[in-house]
Amino acid sequence: MSDALQVDQMYVSYQGNQVVKDVTFSVGNGTIVGIIGPNGAGKSTLMKAALGLIPKDKGEVLVNGKPLKQSQKKIAYVPQRSDIDWDFPITVIDVVLLGTYPTLGLFKRPGKSERAWAAECLKKVGMQNFATRQIGELSGGQQQRVFLARALAQKAELFLLDEPFVGIDVASEETIIQILRELKREGKTIIVVHHDLSKAESYFDHLLLLNQELIHFGTSSDVLKPEVITKAYSNQFSFLNKSGQVNCT
Amino acid sequence: MSFMAFLEALFQYEFLQKALWTSVMVGIICGVLGCFIILRGMALMGDAISHAVLPGVAISYMFGVNFFFGAVLTGVLTAIGIGFVSQNSRIKHDMAIGIMFTSVFAVGIIIITLMKSSADLYHILFGNVLAVRTSDMWMTLSIGLLVITLVTLFYKELLVSTFDPTMAQSYGLPNKWIHYILMVVLTMVTVASLQTVGIVLVVAMLITPAATAYLLTNRLWVMIYMAAGFGVISSVLGLYFSFTYNLASGATIVLVSAFFFAAAFFFSPSQGLLWKSFKARKNRASLS
Repeated sequence: MSDALQVDQMYVSYQGNQVVKDVTFSVGNGTIVGIIGPNGAGKSTLMKAALGLIPKDKGEVLVNGKPLKQSQKKIAYVPQRSDIDWDFPITVIDVVLLGTYPTLGLFKRPGKSERAWAAECLKKVGMQNFATRQIGELSGGQQQRVFLARALAQKAELFLLDEPFVGIDVASEETIIQILRELKREGKTIIVVHHDLSKAESYFDHLLLLNQELIHFGTSSDVLKPEVITKAYSNQFSFLNKSGQVNCT
Repeated sequence: MSFMAFLEALFQYEFLQKALWTSVMVGIICGVLGCFIILRGMALMGDAISHAVLPGVAISYMFGVNFFFGAVLTGVLTAIGIGFVSQNSRIKHDMAIGIMFTSVFAVGIIIITLMKSSADLYHILFGNVLAVRTSDMWMTLSIGLLVITLVTLFYKELLVSTFDPTMAQSYGLPNKWIHYILMVVLTMVTVASLQTVGIVLVVAMLITPAATAYLLTNRLWVMIYMAAGFGVISSVLGLYFSFTYNLASGATIVLVSAFFFAAAFFFSPSQGLLWKSFKARKNRASLS
């Protein structure tokens, strides 16, 4: 069986600067992978380029051994919260319902079965009591759970989440990580852009440490070794290195 | 003149009936399209495109062809020009809009002045719904039908590409095409509204009824129906004031729709200024 996601020699430029250089990695089925690295390391850029959302300079992406175009509908993407217009006239349940759109054909509207499925997904993230609220009325953590429900509704094989834990409450973070683990048990693959190193080891099987180039890709405990981590964070931690200590939060 | 007299005249005069049908259709399509225009943050773009049809209309007059074709041509070229300038320089999108549409509009004014028909210019700019010809009415009705069909068929795609373009793109929807098709539809709606509200004020019919509805509901499809409703009521009442007091129809229609917006702005149950300040005062009072 081929790997869930294969990225080969990826180069991406952003506003004329090359921010992702020669990144090659491969993620097996049924794993949770975190992409970590300092600010400006190109984490979100790498994820967006792998999804074909922004143009790349060079590189190949295979999803389950097939080109991206053939497997697009089996990929669910949860954007950063800042990318969404929270004043949009749309209710919570209708956001989740969007997850059923990719597999509905052109001209076909979501029917009863799609609505029931969306309601079920909303229940999985514990947000069923908020179904008719406008999305802007929710807290940050609740909004993130609704977008995860939308990803669930998509019945995807590969889940990509961009900074899902930024600015959300502890309970929501706990709910989200439990659902991600459940997805993993079902054999799905989850890739998360993440910036908080303190929980990285407990959340992810593998970590991809990025600072424009791929610094290290391996099991979480391997990547979180101080001598590896400092390679990516050398700028931020230069003042700490002298005393030989690394603060990883 | 009373409203009854207006109704009587409506039954009596065919020109008034044509004006009414045209206004109703313009109210509907401007409201429907306006919802997507404002939610996509394209209000300024709507203003630009509607002004940019002027030289196209003028050139069409000059060559004696239907002004629909010229209008779509200059409208779409301007949309492409705006995109080209903002993508290939440090000029921001709103700056590009300001530069391009005023230039194109200016060209239009000069062409019309050279044609020595300032009366036409006045009507194109400000609307003259009482002079709607049968052919104009049919054109407006067919454009309206086309717009409504497109929005009904592609509602799902429009919703997702407006709310979350990233998701739309990630499952393969052609966002760029949707954008340019909307631009084409926008020029068509402008042409359809030419005689009712005129080029200068089309943008008001696109934005004001949709914005009024935006303040009153949290569901897109409800917003679309409400915007169409406000558009129709504004058009019909505006037509009445225009006919009764001999005023430019564009101005009266726009003022009626602005009146509805003001009402929603102050009295909307969820978003209205009045309830918000009332609630805030109550909350403060409960603490003291």
